[in-house]
Amino acid sequence: MARAAISRAPVSRAVVRAPRDTAHEGFLTHRRGLWWKVALALSLVVSAAYALIDQSPRPNGGTALGYGLGTLGALLILWLSLLGLRKRIITRGAYSLKAWTSAHVWLGLSLIVVGTLHSGFQFGWNVHTLAWGLMMIVILTGLYGIIVYARLPEQLSANRQEVTQPQMLEAIRALDAHLDNAAQPLGPDDAALVRLSLEKTDIGGSLRQRLGGSYARDGNARALAAVRGEVERQRLAGKPDQRLAQILFLLERKEAALAQARRHIGLKSRLEIWLYIHVPATFALLAALAAHITSVFLYW
Amino acid sequence: MTAHFRIAIIGSGPAGLSAAAHAASLGLAHVLLEKTGHLSDTIYKYQKGKHVMATPAQLVLRAGGDTPFAAGKRETILGAWDARATELKINVRYNAEVTAIAGTGEAIPGSVQKIVTRKRDGSSATTELQRHAPPYRLTLADGGEILADTVILAIGTQGNPNRLACPGGDSAHVQYQLDDPGEYTDEHIFVIGGGDAGIENALGLAADPAQANVVTLVNRGAEFSTAKDANVKALLAARDAGRISIMTGTTPRLVEPGWIVLDTPDGEVRARADRIIARMGSAPPRGFVEACGIEFTSGDRLAYPKLSPVFETTAPGIFVVGALAGYPLIKHCMNQGHDVVEFINGNRDLKPADEPILEAKFAGLPGRRSVADWLERLRSRVSILGGMSPLQMREFMLDSEARFVPAGEIVFERNTPGSSLFGIVEGEVRVEVDPANPAITVPLAAGSIFGEVGLISGRRRGATIRAGSDCILVEISRGAALKLMSAVPAAGREVTRITTTRSLQQIFKSGLTPDDLAGIIATAKVETVRAGEALIREGEAGDDIFIIRSGSMVVEKLIAGKPVFLNYVPAGSYVGEMAVIDGGPRSATVRAAVKADVIRLEGAAFRALLDAKPELLARLRADMADRTRLNNFIEAKKDSFRGLVDMYTGVANFLVDQGVGEATDVLLIDEKLCVGCDNCEKACADSHDGLSRLDREAGRTYAHLHVPTSCRHCEHPHCMADCPPNAIHRGPTGEVYIDETCIGCGNCQRGCPYGVIRMDKVPPKKPWLLSWLLFGNGPGPGEPPKAWAYKHAKKGVETPKKAIKCDMCAGQSGGPACVRACPTGAAIRVSPEQFLTVALLERGAD
Ligand SMILES: Cc1cc2nc3c(=O)[nH]c(=O)nc-3n(C[C@H](O)[C@H](O)[C@H](O)COP(=O)(O)OP(=O)(O)OC[C@H]3O[C@@H](n4cnc5c(N)ncnc54)[C@H](O)[C@@H]3O)c2cc1C
Ligand code: HEM
Ligand code: SF4
Ligand code: SF4
Repeated sequence: MARAAISRAPVSRAVVRAPRDTAHEGFLTHRRGLWWKVALALSLVVSAAYALIDQSPRPNGGTALGYGLGTLGALLILWLSLLGLRKRIITRGAYSLKAWTSAHVWLGLSLIVVGTLHSGFQFGWNVHTLAWGLMMIVILTGLYGIIVYARLPEQLSANRQEVTQPQMLEAIRALDAHLDNAAQPLGPDDAALVRLSLEKTDIGGSLRQRLGGSYARDGNARALAAVRGEVERQRLAGKPDQRLAQILFLLERKEAALAQARRHIGLKSRLEIWLYIHVPATFALLAALAAHITSVFLYW
Repeated sequence: MTAHFRIAIIGSGPAGLSAAAHAASLGLAHVLLEKTGHLSDTIYKYQKGKHVMATPAQLVLRAGGDTPFAAGKRETILGAWDARATELKINVRYNAEVTAIAGTGEAIPGSVQKIVTRKRDGSSATTELQRHAPPYRLTLADGGEILADTVILAIGTQGNPNRLACPGGDSAHVQYQLDDPGEYTDEHIFVIGGGDAGIENALGLAADPAQANVVTLVNRGAEFSTAKDANVKALLAARDAGRISIMTGTTPRLVEPGWIVLDTPDGEVRARADRIIARMGSAPPRGFVEACGIEFTSGDRLAYPKLSPVFETTAPGIFVVGALAGYPLIKHCMNQGHDVVEFINGNRDLKPADEPILEAKFAGLPGRRSVADWLERLRSRVSILGGMSPLQMREFMLDSEARFVPAGEIVFERNTPGSSLFGIVEGEVRVEVDPANPAITVPLAAGSIFGEVGLISGRRRGATIRAGSDCILVEISRGAALKLMSAVPAAGREVTRITTTRSLQQIFKSGLTPDDLAGIIATAKVETVRAGEALIREGEAGDDIFIIRSGSMVVEKLIAGKPVFLNYVPAGSYVGEMAVIDGGPRSATVRAAVKADVIRLEGAAFRALLDAKPELLARLRADMADRTRLNNFIEAKKDSFRGLVDMYTGVANFLVDQGVGEATDVLLIDEKLCVGCDNCEKACADSHDGLSRLDREAGRTYAHLHVPTSCRHCEHPHCMADCPPNAIHRGPTGEVYIDETCIGCGNCQRGCPYGVIRMDKVPPKKPWLLSWLLFGNGPGPGEPPKAWAYKHAKKGVETPKKAIKCDMCAGQSGGPACVRACPTGAAIRVSPEQFLTVALLERGAD
């Protein structure tokens, strides 16, 4: 409605288009690498302060610098956790998730320096070290995350060959329908092999299969091996059964289609599996952080 | 004896039915002839359950015989019409296709119609037809005949499907439509015709393997050139999956019961065919209408019959109403059905039902005049409107606006997007030709037009226009302007002449006056270049210079035997200047990226102009130096980074193939960065009523650069071409958007070559995000699954399916949500000029 009002306004003024980011830059180098520069500077300043400022009796979280680093670290952690919300709340404002991710990654890495120096290298079996450990788990999984983000998209794109995931699954379903048809005239033993492919094939498979990419025990692979052996035997004995040869052809095509879909699913799993540690560990970290701060103020 | 009626109404759509109902309620002797076995075939063929819309809302309904019509389900409307037709005892004859109409009276002196028929090879033949006075004899397809004093032609624009011409083509197992592909099982089916309709039918029939149909698609050509890319891909995928067979280069030769014989490239093939579905396009009804003695306004494809203010055609006593008269909305059709019978019955003072709408349009203008006065004033004052009839003026005005602009006020600003054309009815406007100095202006007097550059090129306004005195202007929408140019060829020529002069002034600036340009304009020719065709070839002689009016060009050069992409040239620029200046052969090849219109200016005339205007020469030299620098840069790169330059050329060509050459703003995804999180799609859905307007995975990819299925905001949007309520517009920031008047007919979806429009219902609102995060309520971010939407839909409230497409997030402060929401920077939305530059060369470097 509001729109109609604009277009029917008596004069048409050049409405300024909302400014937008048209730079073709990835998140690691967003704004010509602004955030890695900021994070690096932050780490250097913090390290210099640690080396230069006298902390007696010994460096730990209790000195003035320790309090400072602790506050900085806690605020950083809180802000880093907010990425999960920012990603999901689509507002009309002029934010850029790429900028957020860029800052997230680089400032998150600088936490290694901030958090560790805050501890003054005093580790033990207590809630404080637990918080530090959880923080390192989050950071290290994040580091793994950017490694896969940097390497896998190209493979994902190359494997897809302009086919979408629904199309991949559809192609497999269509081959199943053909297999079902082609199996009608077969004897019970051969038909059982086709059923093996139809009923015992799990496209995605277990998490282990997704990440490892090994599906040799899967229904279609077993059916294919058996039918291939059978056709080979018949060929040596003279003339192979044409109907079985057709089944072999379809099973081979299905295997190829499965391989593509599985590579796709595997790559997508690897692109997000780490988040299943990164995010829960974040929650654990927030809890440990709360415990750490409370205990510090209660018992110090 | 042949039955004789006062009025014969042909076609029982909303227009014809309303006319018949009115005739019946007035007690006039009438007959309603309908080709099919039911009323209103066009609406009958809508999708089952379609929500039919009653736009425009302001228009009062004045249906004949009080035939009811309100927005609602297709079934409800058709049911109510059937009931009303029975109540009124309308004299309907079903299965009565009229094949010819001829006067049986004396020959009307001097009334001869010339009918031009064009053949495929481009030649044309003219036949002459002597008109005869009424009563008219109507010949029916079954050989029957009917006599009528007056005829109302309300046959719509659907036309007749092209028939199988081979022997046996009229067999029982040949059909021309497919209502429900789920109906057929276990059949051998041949679909003839590789256009969108044929492909969609074939895919539908083969979609469910459980139906076990054996489907073959037959196409005359070797390629599917008229079908949409998405359809062709789906077809080829279905073939590769073994669900469909395709026979190309093949035509049917003979149809026998249960069989079909085909001519294939490898000879004759006879195959089992339980059913043959022929989808070879349809012939518009124009041929039939012309043969009745009815003249059209022009030879243009968009033209409608010439009509008087009472809908009478050039054949006296034959009237045309409804979609065939150029009014495609049901309400208009029904009103005209009523009005035309009133006119025939002698009521000549009836005011058309759209009168209040037109009154409202003129209400804001000074001087109290009637609508008819205003229309006549517009027509007689604005030069390009001169050739219009009063009825055409009414229709024209429905899509246009009249406005009063006080002296000094701005009409539009430079760089605003806009494709409407303005006519000056009274007063004068001033064009601010120099953006740096608004004091330099050129006046335009009453009677002339402006805004034509936006109309022709689809690009932004080139100059700010300000009212020089108090003015009355008429703003003609793009749709109305195109109709005008096709209805009144003289108006088309006038617009072309003006655009040529003005675009020369605008492109070359240098203070050129129309007088300076007169000589060169005399040599100007407008030419159309097909996509991919070369306008200029490297190494050839020639010194004509070209101005690109619409479309765009790519410039390429042979380097080390391979064509290398140099530059992208949008509409509103010129090419070919180097040869004029340095006299050498063409230094590069210029090829149309999409179908383009260019103005060719003769080199000799242009050189004369250069001699007279040294400023112009200096300007051209400066431009040329820029272009040469670019060429040299790329040539230098080519030596050191051959692979890079090849990649650059490859990417540029790929993007041009993907229609980027006609885009103003296109979504690209760098698949080296895309992690497949689909946050872009989710953001799109969440910022637009819960429906995503983009399909990230679908679409083509080259060198990891992906063009997803998402609107390109074309310079000349194909989707706009045939929207009955004119619901598609270009918005103030350049976006092509669909407003709330959409009736859900799906024309735009069929028209868009990039398959980016979807027809869907707005899903119910999702629970608040936090309640999902904390308690798992609702489906979470992104488009809700269909099942969820269905379950949570408000019961009893019908939500119509409407056309849904990208609006570039106009009005949202951060720009497109898809881009904002991409965590890695893979998604960018850019204009081709922004992207198809040397900057692309750097992309391959990492
Ligand atoms: C999918 C779709 C959805 C639409 N949705 C809407 C909507 O929601 N709201 C809206 O206002 N408009 C809508 N429209 C537009 C509207 O349906 C048409 O413009 C309107 O039906 C035209 O009416 P008409 O009476 O001029 O012709 P038609 O409705 O086309 O009727 C012509 C009739 O003439 C018959 N006929 C043709 N030739 C002959 C012959 N030689 N002899 C005898 N009979 C003949 C035909 O069989 C047909 O029954 C839609 C259009 C389409 C295609
Ligand atoms: C203590 C520090 C950190 C915290 C608390 C934290 C927290 C989070 C959270 C909550 C998310 C949102 C995940 C989601 O909702 O999908 C996230 C995403 C992410 N984090 Fe961290 N993170 C930390 C450090 C890091 C570091 C050091 C890196 C990289 C080196 C990193 C890389 C990422 C990436 C790449 C994403 C995914 C972005 C996306 O795809 O949307 N994080 N992090
Ligand atoms: S919907 Fe299609 S035709 Fe219309 S502007 Fe977008 S891409 Fe172009
Ligand atoms: S926007 Fe599309 S679907 Fe809607 S009325 Fe226009 S053409 Fe039809």
